[in-house]
This record gives sequence, C-alpha cells and structure tokens, in this order.
Amino acid sequence: MARNVTTGRKIGTTILAWFVGLVIFFPILWTFLTSFKTELQAISIPPVFVGFDWTLENYRTIQTQSNYFHFMANSIYLSLGSTALGLIFAIPAAWAMAFSPTKRTKDVLLWMLSTKMLPAVGVLIPIYLLFVRFGLLDSRLGLIVVLFLINLPIIVWMLYTYFKEIPGEILEAARMDGASLGKEITQVLAPMAVPGIASTILLNVILSWNEAFWTLNLTTSNAAPLTAFIASFSSPQGNFYAKLSAASMLAIAPILIVGWFSQKQLVRGLTFGAVK
Amino acid sequence: MRFSMLTASACALIAVAATSAEAQTTLTIGTVNNSDMIRMQGLTPEFEKAHPDIKVNWVTLEENILRQRVTTDIATGGGQFDVMTIGTYEVPIWAKQEWLKPLDGLGDGYDMDDLIPAIRSALSSDGKLYAAPFYAESVLTLYRKDLFEKAGLTMPEKPTWDFIAEAAEKVTDKDAGIYGICLRGKPGWGENMAFLGNMAREFGANYFDADWKPQFESEGWKKAVTLYVDLMQKYGPPGAASNGFNENLQLFGQGKCGMWMDASVAASFVTDPKQSQVPDKVGFAPAPCGVEGCPNDGFNWLWAWSLAIPNSSQKAEAAQTFISWATSKEYLELVAEKEGWANVPPGTRTSLYENSKYTEAAPFAEATLNAIQHADPSPTDDKPYYGLQFAAIPEFQGIGTAVGQQMAAALSGSATVDQALKQSQAIAEREMSRAGYPK
Repeated sequence: MARNVTTGRKIGTTILAWFVGLVIFFPILWTFLTSFKTELQAISIPPVFVGFDWTLENYRTIQTQSNYFHFMANSIYLSLGSTALGLIFAIPAAWAMAFSPTKRTKDVLLWMLSTKMLPAVGVLIPIYLLFVRFGLLDSRLGLIVVLFLINLPIIVWMLYTYFKEIPGEILEAARMDGASLGKEITQVLAPMAVPGIASTILLNVILSWNEAFWTLNLTTSNAAPLTAFIASFSSPQGNFYAKLSAASMLAIAPILIVGWFSQKQLVRGLTFGAVK
Repeated sequence: MRFSMLTASACALIAVAATSAEAQTTLTIGTVNNSDMIRMQGLTPEFEKAHPDIKVNWVTLEENILRQRVTTDIATGGGQFDVMTIGTYEVPIWAKQEWLKPLDGLGDGYDMDDLIPAIRSALSSDGKLYAAPFYAESVLTLYRKDLFEKAGLTMPEKPTWDFIAEAAEKVTDKDAGIYGICLRGKPGWGENMAFLGNMAREFGANYFDADWKPQFESEGWKKAVTLYVDLMQKYGPPGAASNGFNENLQLFGQGKCGMWMDASVAASFVTDPKQSQVPDKVGFAPAPCGVEGCPNDGFNWLWAWSLAIPNSSQKAEAAQTFISWATSKEYLELVAEKEGWANVPPGTRTSLYENSKYTEAAPFAEATLNAIQHADPSPTDDKPYYGLQFAAIPEFQGIGTAVGQQMAAALSGSATVDQALKQSQAIAEREMSRAGYPK
C-alpha cells in the first residue's frame, strides 16, 4: 500500500516536472519550429505546429544577408574576455572579504550591488562621450571593459558566497606551511572553490552573451556581437518572424551547447554550500 | 580552466591591437531592415565595382534602436556613421541643429528636379537638400474587392467616412472571422498617432494651432476619435489596441480585414503572393474624408526613408557618391533589371511613374503617386509646423507617445473618448509650456 502511494506520487511528480519543464522550454521550441516555416506559415491563424513544409530558406537568407561567424566571434571574445578580466579582480576581492572581513565589509558588498540599480540608459551619454574621447567606439576592448564592470558586482557576490563556505582554517594551515599569498589563493583556495568558480564563469559568460544594451549602443560593425545580429532582423514594415526566429536560434546555439555540456557543473555550483 | 581563460583574454587583446591598415575609404551606413533596404545591400557589390576605392559596411538595426543609436552618435559627435537612414520627421529638426551636411555634391547626372516636389520640399531646409529620398509613402485605403461585391458595395472614387462606416458594418462577418475595418491601435507617435493624426486632419483638425496651442479638444479631434473608437469596437478585430502596421498586415494578408487604411507601402505587401493570401483581391482608394474640402483631399501622411550624412562624418565626399548612386534613376533601373519592376523602391521620382513598365508591374502605382503628390507637409496659416501625421518639433515624440497611450486606453474601453482627449490636451499643454512655446 505504502509502496503504491510512493509510486503514484513519483509518477505524479515526474509528470508535473515534465510539464513545468515543457512550459519553460516552449518559447525556445516555438522559435525553433518557426525558424523552419515560411513567413506566411509563421503568422498563420490557427498556428501550425509541425504539419508544415520544413524549409531551410530562412537560414539561407540570413547567411546571404549577414556574416554570422563575424558576430559569433565577437560574442565569444566579449563574453570570455570580460569574464576573465572579472575573475582577475573578483577573486582577490572576494578572498579579502570572505576571510578577513571588517565591520564595513557588508556595506561594501551592498554598495557594489547598488551600482546595478542604476538604469543603464542613465549613464549612456557620459559613457558614450568617454568612448568618443578615448576612441573606443566599436572596439572589442572598450566593450570588454564595460561588460566587465557591469558584471563585476555579481562575480564578487557569487565568489564571496562560495568562499564563505570554505573553512578559513585550511588557508591558515597553508600559511603555517609557508605558502605565499599568491600560492594560497591559486593553489589552495581556487582548487577547493572550483565548482563555485565554474558556475560563476558560466553565469557571467551567459550574462555577457545576452547583454543587449551596451553591445548595441557602443558598436556599429567591427565589434558587434550576436545581439546586433538579432536586432538586424526585426522589421518595422513587413513580415519577419520566421527570419528573426532563425537568427535567434543561431544566436543561442553556441551558448545552448556549452550550457548542455556543463549543466552538471552549473547545478553543482548553484547548490554548492546549500547542504553542509 | 585557467589556461583557457588566459588564452581567451590574450586572444581578445591581440585582436583589438591588430588594426588593419585602410587602403580604401570604408563607409559605414546605418539602416533599417525592410525589403527595399535589404535589396540595396544585395546590390552594393555593383556600387563597389563601379567605385573600387570605396567599400561599404552595413549596420542594420531595428527602427527604434537605430533612432536611439543614431541620435546618441550625432549628438555627441561620435562619427560612427557616414550615411544614416532617417525619416521626414528628423530631417527638418536635424538640419536646423546643423547636424547634417547639405547634399550639394550629388553630381550633374543626378537630376534633382525629377524628385517628386512634395518629397523634395520635405527633405530640404532653406532651399538646400539635406537628405536624399530612398523610398516614400503616403496613406491609402486598401479594401477587399470580393467582399465589397458580395455586400453589394462600390468603393467611390473619393470615399467619405460616412461611407466607410456603412461599408464596415456590411462587410463584417465575425462568424467567418472577417472584420470590416482594421486600423492601428498600438500606442506610439509613429504607430497609432500616425494614423490618428492623419484622420484628425481629414476632419479638419491639426495637432497645434497657429499659436502652438494643442488642439486635442477641438471638434475635429473629437469627431475623429469618437468614430475611430466606435468603428473599431463594433467592427474591428479583437485586441486592436496592440495592433501596429505589421499586425494589421498579417490580418489583412490572411483575409481577415475588409478595409485597412495605412502607409501606402502596404499595397506592395498585400499584392505579393509570397506574403499574402489575397494578392489579387485588393482594391486601392484614397484615404477617406470627414468634412467638405478636407485638407490635402485626405492625404495627410508623408514619410520618406532617406539617406543623409551626419556632420561628424570624415568621409562626406565618398558618402555623397554613395547616396547619389543609391537614389539615382540608374539605381531604379538596376533593381528592375535584377529583381523586376514591381520591386523598385517607390515614391521618390516622377520619371518612375511615367514609365509604363513600372505602372504595369505595380497595380498600386497610380494610387501611391496620387497620394504622395497631394500630401503637402509645409507649414500653413493655421498649422505652424512641418509635417502632417506628425509635427516636426523635438517635443512631438514625447507628446505623441503619451497621447497615443490615451488613445489606446479609449480604444480598449478603459477610458472614455472625452476623458482620453482631455487628458491628452493636459499632457500636451504641459509639455509645450515647459518647452517654452509659443516660440
């Protein structure tokens, strides 16, 4: 009897989990399906689900209209570059705050986060003027710096929470054995925090990949990433949903593949420290 | 992991450092994504073949993003664009701000007198051309000939709003999913206000009077908005308050609308079998009139996507060469040769409409030309501003969008027409006095 209830509940939970998963996944699935329709089928009412003539026409049009790989390369440069730069600054910062906190540490953390509360457009003109002055417009370097700065508070916060879970005594022991500060961070702390650092990297790569305000406003062509690629397929006059869907699929494909292969790390990192 | 991070950042830095030496002039052109512009991008190799010293770099963006992007760049002197695509709303304002270079080097063969006068005047300031028209549009009434025949109706040569109201009622067949009339409802100065500004003019009302006093509580606006809300609530499609050009294009293309008044460029979409299910059933008529002798015979809409050179560009000479090519008669012939006459960008040159090959291929040619020729955006005694469906002053974007939201509220029934207009008047008066009008 008891076993029956458990099985029943298991089936119920499984169905519920699949249902929730499907609801969350549905927009991506729909985009995927739409990308293989003609423009007329894409907007037809009632909508067609799978019973249409699948076509690669949209992907072909997109290839002739713009150079996907140029945009993708920029997206990779920007997301990896800004994340790497972020870690170089955030690991020491988080180390300091986690292992030698002062009475102002909490305030500093909160202040860092408060910079995220300013709407980006509020500083568009000042930043743009700085970029004009330093000749950074439409350059990858300029964007890497901006993306690094806007994500820095999140990186520091994430690393800070992970580092807090590591007993300070281990670092102390390393110090007792004569490890220098650099060795302490790179050879003792970092290996222990690998899951945390990995999920920080992944989250920041995704955030930089998806960032669509600065990447659109500070680039024209040389440094334009996939967000600009997607934006070029929306149209004020005319049907564009099928082509836009195809462009979106191409834009999310790399990050989707990376996410798929690293989902174990991601989940482990996000739940790291949840159970002591 | 650390190794790959270091490699990635090293790659990024090397890539930034490696700037290529430029042997030729590279033009950066900012544009919107529509079929005519995409066609021009496809034909760019022809231009580069004829001008081997110029290379063209396209930046295509969504209309609102482009507008924000270009405005930021031009206001800060960023110099990111050598040619930009702007509309008839921006040209008078930007020319006055001295943000644009006058186009005085388009070449002897350009034939500026061939440009349709209404368009040329809309893009000029103090007699100088500041942007060259790439394609232009006015407003048309599109209707379904088959549905009209079934209902025993004949579209008059110059329809009135009384007739349109009667036809909307007769054509509507909600059980069959057919709505008598589809109009824009999505709020925005370039969305529902483009249509409503035009409709109010058909009832003899403007945005501002000669002393820059907003006119939203005038008789004309009241009549126009009351009729608009009434028709749309009774015979319009559900959820019309979120319909813009594209949504109506889809509805009409799927055979769900009896009539649709919108930008004349819609005609080329709904007659294209690839984009419409009713390509051979569409008729064209002028925009309806609300009063005797309504201004411009109801054609109160003029828009031209145009190419202009920002003052911050360092490559003005090459930019003029490109603009001259892209808006020339020869370009129209090039498109016709490669893609057929029906795909030639419409509305800019008189000679195009004298070409029988074009008028045969494009069933909407005559109606479009008629509409554009009648639409005169110049200021008049009772209208101090440039523009018809918009007012070419910097404050209009904000006012237009705020008023558009009031109109959408009236359409969806969350406010009455009187409340919406009263609120609109208050918003507009506040904004105008804050901006220091009358000037």
